[in-house]
Amino acid sequence: MKGRSVPGATIRIQRDPFDVPAETARLTAGRADIGGVVAFTGLCRDEGGRLRALELEHYPGMAEDEIARVAQTALARWPLLGLTAIHRFGMIAPGEDIVLVIAASAHRRAAFEAADFMMDYLKTRAPFWKREHLIDGTTGAWVESKAEDDAAAARW
Amino acid sequence: MTKLVYFAWVRERVGKPDETIDLPGSVTTVAALLDWQKTRGEVYAHAFEHASVIRVALDKTHAGHDAALGDAREIAFFPPMTGG
Repeated sequence: MKGRSVPGATIRIQRDPFDVPAETARLTAGRADIGGVVAFTGLCRDEGGRLRALELEHYPGMAEDEIARVAQTALARWPLLGLTAIHRFGMIAPGEDIVLVIAASAHRRAAFEAADFMMDYLKTRAPFWKREHLIDGTTGAWVESKAEDDAAAARW
Repeated sequence: MTKLVYFAWVRERVGKPDETIDLPGSVTTVAALLDWQKTRGEVYAHAFEHASVIRVALDKTHAGHDAALGDAREIAFFPPMTGG
């Protein structure tokens, strides 16, 4: 497990699963100024039963750096009281979690927007690549990037 | 010496995750480096055939194809990202 130090944010790239309630509690424990927490979890789909697993390759070091850059931008743009981003790598089975973004703020709008922004930017800038492993035992193709992800990031 | 690192299908096509080499002095931009890679034999010609879609990072920071290499010590080549 590797972390990156960004004041006000927790960034982790890890092979192991994460615990959403525990990560949420870590942001809110012992404080009473947070009025809203938005947690987004991205999961591995089975693609209609076709997929046995997704393999996530990443660029160690740069993955942490890029997510930290995106987090710094979010912290500068919204009045956040907590921000967590965790991205897994390795083999991930359908139904398992891949990515978690949690944003906490005094009011809901900032938390919703910051979490949305984090996901859009993370998808287009963080160096991760997905490859499909199929139910018939073969290794499928590298997942292609989607133009709609670039369009989503361009909204901000 | 410069360390070149490869990810995803670029890594598979090149056939190795990284290599350390001396770049020719004439190769001073990302675009020139992508062109030069194509000249390094069949394997590289295939890997860098569609160079316009390949992303590059200089010392773990995204760089456009028009960027100068400067004194980057680690240069990464990879497809568009598909995380999240």
